[in-house]
Amino acid sequence: MTWVLANLEQIWGLTVDHILLSILPIIGGFVLAVPIGWLAHRYSLSRGILLTVCGLLYTIPSLALIVAMPTVLGTQILNPANLIVTLTIYAIALMVRTATDAFDAVSKDVAQSATAVGFGGWRRFWQVELPLAGPVLLAGLRVVSTSTVSLVTLGALVGMSGLGYLFTDGYQRNFPTEILTGIVGTVLIAVVFDALLVLIGRMLLPWARVDAAARRDARSARTKAVAA
Amino acid sequence: MNAFLEAFAWIADPAHWSGPDGIPTRVAEHLGYTGLTVLIAVLIAVTLGLYIGHTGRWRGISIGATGALRALPTLGLLTYLAIAFGFGIRLALIPTVIVLVVLAIPPLLAGAYSGIESVDPRTVDAARSMGMTEWQILWKVEVPLALPLIIGGIRSAVLQVVATATVAAYISLGGLGRYIIDALPVRDYTKVLVGALLVTLLALVLEGILILIQRLTVPAGVRAIRTAAPLRTSRKSTRVPVAPTGTSGQMAKQHTPTQ
Repeated sequence: MTWVLANLEQIWGLTVDHILLSILPIIGGFVLAVPIGWLAHRYSLSRGILLTVCGLLYTIPSLALIVAMPTVLGTQILNPANLIVTLTIYAIALMVRTATDAFDAVSKDVAQSATAVGFGGWRRFWQVELPLAGPVLLAGLRVVSTSTVSLVTLGALVGMSGLGYLFTDGYQRNFPTEILTGIVGTVLIAVVFDALLVLIGRMLLPWARVDAAARRDARSARTKAVAA
Repeated sequence: MNAFLEAFAWIADPAHWSGPDGIPTRVAEHLGYTGLTVLIAVLIAVTLGLYIGHTGRWRGISIGATGALRALPTLGLLTYLAIAFGFGIRLALIPTVIVLVVLAIPPLLAGAYSGIESVDPRTVDAARSMGMTEWQILWKVEVPLALPLIIGGIRSAVLQVVATATVAAYISLGGLGRYIIDALPVRDYTKVLVGALLVTLLALVLEGILILIQRLTVPAGVRAIRTAAPLRTSRKSTRVPVAPTGTSGQMAKQHTPTQ
């Protein structure tokens, strides 16, 4: 505890870096995965291709992707872009499957009713399909958020900032307290992100808590994303 | 892209195919850690998952727990276990296996209990009414029907363990991670890339094998239903309330275990 108090400034700095490095891939991955998921849901040809590509991308080990990024992007090894691009690819790979399921779960009848009362494709997407897919999308996003926050620590192996630095530094100095601080900090960030996402979900999707079907879909989506 | 050519040339060099730092040795080490870990994790998590799926007990807790386990940073847990206990460095295999087991449990548990849950409750009721004991129901009805999803869990556990076993090299263990961890400080980026390529290749090969196994384990009965009712129709009718008991979503899941 004394060590933590004495080094509060450094720990806080690493925490801020960690948060910044995680937020970009989480938001970027989500924003890119939703339209891709919709495409996979809409056309059976793109479904096979997109889901296979995402499956393959997800198979590439994270550390391998991080260290191969400088070669692919032409960046320096210490450039944070390597980590951010890698984690965004992971977020997309994981999220596209969930997004496809989310749009699949929107009742065909409801979508057709929307068309029948005069909704065009664009308006139907924003006002009917996207909100109804919301609970499942949120469930997937929560899994993505947790795993991204945890994966950011791997960046420390290639000299990136973030709480992972406490792991490599603590290991080299043979100092368990420092590592423990990093673990607790990482889990705390993950928990806070998760709570924020749940809160945002309650504000944007107030019906999801009362709708039993939506709750069931969200739960099975979470299980599926964990098992994926 | 020139770097990739150099990496391939490195791999093709016969000098790198023998000795303690040769590719076969490193691959064997990597597969050894993976096999040991997955074996232990399957014994723990699949047993637990079958119990939860069959009895329906502790489901909420296990979903929460698997989510929490995922938040634990692997590298942190690994380095902590390695230096917090006296044996950690000498017997680097112990902390490594513990960390990888922790990593493998969530997908295995989720696969096992969602697999059992996906079995149509009417099928289970029918088995019970025929006089099967709970044990028989589990082994003769639920497990065979859930097998594709259980293997699906094993598949993603294997992939995550193969990917993460790379990190074991950081606490002085072997495996393909050695190429990456050894080459990074001396800026030998060709060798780093070699490590990355080999781990990726290993993961892809294992993924292919496991997908094949997953396909083969679909029970003949389920396969017959699938041929009779094409995938597309079953997906569209996901939310149509066809059955008074259970959820039609669960039935749809049975048809698409590979997702």
